Amino acid sequence: MVGTSNSGRPQDGPQQSGIAMNQPEVEAWFVREVLPLEAMLMQYLRHNWRDQSDIEDLRQEVYIRVCQAAARERPHPAKAFVFTTARNLLIDRARREHVVPIEAVSDVDMLGIAADAPGPDRSVIARDELRKLQTALDQLPPRCREVLILGRVEGLTGRQIAQRLGLAETTVSEHLAKGMHALTDILLRDSIDPKRRI
Amino acid sequence: MSATQTDQRAADWLQRKTFWNWSEADQAELDAWLGAAPENRIAYWRQSAIWARTERLAALAPAQREMREPRIEQKPRWPNILRAVAAVAVLAVLGGVSAHVALQPRYQTYSTTIGGGETITLADGTLIQLNTDTALRTRFDAKHREVILDKGEAFFQVTHDKTRPFTVLAAGHRVVDLGTKFSVRNNVTKMEVALIEGMARIETVSGKNQKSAVLKPGDIAIASAEDLKLTRKSQEKISRELGWRRGVLVFDNTTLADAAKEFNRYNRSRLVIADAATAAITIVGTFQANDVDAFADLAQFMLHLKVQKRGQETLISR
Repeated sequence: MVGTSNSGRPQDGPQQSGIAMNQPEVEAWFVREVLPLEAMLMQYLRHNWRDQSDIEDLRQEVYIRVCQAAARERPHPAKAFVFTTARNLLIDRARREHVVPIEAVSDVDMLGIAADAPGPDRSVIARDELRKLQTALDQLPPRCREVLILGRVEGLTGRQIAQRLGLAETTVSEHLAKGMHALTDILLRDSIDPKRRI
Repeated sequence: MSATQTDQRAADWLQRKTFWNWSEADQAELDAWLGAAPENRIAYWRQSAIWARTERLAALAPAQREMREPRIEQKPRWPNILRAVAAVAVLAVLGGVSAHVALQPRYQTYSTTIGGGETITLADGTLIQLNTDTALRTRFDAKHREVILDKGEAFFQVTHDKTRPFTVLAAGHRVVDLGTKFSVRNNVTKMEVALIEGMARIETVSGKNQKSAVLKPGDIAIASAEDLKLTRKSQEKISRELGWRRGVLVFDNTTLADAAKEFNRYNRSRLVIADAATAAITIVGTFQANDVDAFADLAQFMLHLKVQKRGQETLISR
């Protein structure tokens, strides 16, 4: 299933090392090699799939596929593999749903990702990311932000936060989960230099 | 379940594990959820990896935090006085040595070492918070309340007393309080005053051209031997710069060069930025003032710079 396609297109890109990985290794590989590609992956999916409400699910499916493949054989390089998987997924989906993808999804090279093209200046990303973090916090509802800051910066426990703010513990819980979820999306996704967008 | 719902569940698990009591039963429940579907596991990896990354950035949110007032410490003054009285009694018995001078020093001295910090509450209720590597003397009598800031930086929250003006001397200048909160930094050649609340007057003590100015909240005065400059900063910016009062350094578009300089005020180990291009990179974030490692990690993992440690020195370069 993974890394293959019955689309009839040539298989390009990833070579597989033949080394199987156990779960912690897959996790480490996923965090190190795949997660940093999320911004680019989301961009790719959005550009190549009409129904934007499917995007998160497509991303999830790509992750499942690459992780399952990695458990069997560690793919090199991860980037080409992730995008080949994404492309194949879109083609499979398009066939199943009898829709035509917006663009030529096979053109992975168009994004400059198949090769080891340098991304935007990394220090720019990092700086942006810190700022994003701050911006992300600013975007959260005030309570949510406050709760998260008390937890992360001041190191309070959930109970202490509830006491400090006079909130129910379940409310604090909800705010924390919501804030963490939002921060993760923002940190993983908004770090691409917009000028580089295709 | 949609991918978004799965992500929300993962975030919920992580916050439960991070912020609340976590039992073996909870762990078993989490393990069961993780084992139930690959997407659960992956969502959890994703969430935890990014959450872990926010930790080293320490702190995310500088200015949003309200500036907390330092706790007013009730120093147990009595025991010291009792001890002194006892000492006088003993000395008197032992041979009439005059302990009078020793009991009433003209100046009381307070100091902190590098990385240190201390809050003192004076008898009149005035609160002084000393920053890193700071030394000051206080002299109180019936008519005066005087502080000499010999070096470093301090925050003052003064209890107003019409009959006894409160003055702070540093680098040849004087601030006379008219009921205020303000900070003073002795920069060897310059005195910097930031007024947070109330009113104060700054005046030159020495020099030919006597100058003075009245400060209002938001005013920053920089007084050197030749010059007395006034600028204004937003309350937000001032409170950020007073981050040291809660033990943090707050950077907002601060160059690495300036950030390193700030860190070096608080730590014996030195941060050295190797080249001008690196020094010019700007950052945003809040750090524990004593956590040079967090800063080095940021440089290494977020800015992708080289970090080399050589004894007490940490060199950051491209």
